Amino acid sequence: MLTISRELVDKIVAHARADHPDEACGVVAGPAGSDRPERFVPMENAERSPTFYRFDSMEQFRVWREMDDRDEVPVVIYHSHTATEAYPSRTDISYASEPDAHYVLVSTASEEEAPFRSYRIVDGVVTEEEVKIIESYG
Amino acid sequence: MAIEVRIPTILRSYTEGAKAVNAKGSTLEELIGDLEARHPGLKDRLVDESGLRRFVNVYLNDEDVRFLGGLGTPVADGDTVTVLPAVAGGAR
Repeated sequence: MLTISRELVDKIVAHARADHPDEACGVVAGPAGSDRPERFVPMENAERSPTFYRFDSMEQFRVWREMDDRDEVPVVIYHSHTATEAYPSRTDISYASEPDAHYVLVSTASEEEAPFRSYRIVDGVVTEEEVKIIESYG
Repeated sequence: MAIEVRIPTILRSYTEGAKAVNAKGSTLEELIGDLEARHPGLKDRLVDESGLRRFVNVYLNDEDVRFLGGLGTPVADGDTVTVLPAVAGGAR
């Protein structure tokens, strides 16, 4: 299960809406071992594409080192699908490389609602999980 | 002295869980060869017949080796090499 604050969900959806029709991507960092997403880090989609995303390699290096320095991990890795449902594609599955992360998918295909779903992707196997949105971590 | 190689979570099964290992070499290619001798299987996750795998980022200190010299990039004692799997995907 992914437990995440309302504020972070809103930020991820706003980023996905802002970059539509291109895919948006980013991470939410949190303290190592906590499984709690805290620090919102929107990333550049180096591909600037409606059907593909890739973190810019130098930006990824800086962000990953910063997490390391702060003893954080990428608790959430998110991206948007802009014309299809919020479910991992074959591409998503083949490149998934963080077995401990919650892979969040947002779909901006509809203007009315933005489905927000979360998955574990380990060794090519996708497992959807419940998303629990809370007002604050207390 | 040696070269420190920082290993991402997904590849730590090859390094008995270690986040960083030491290796030797005067180019990145030699370094990866030495890594393979110490941690069999690792090389195949980093390179294929055409060179560095497309969805693996390798950095020498603060630079992506793709902007330096790829596998031919010179490395020296005291350098840090960081391996990060690219974060990528998409609807396509």
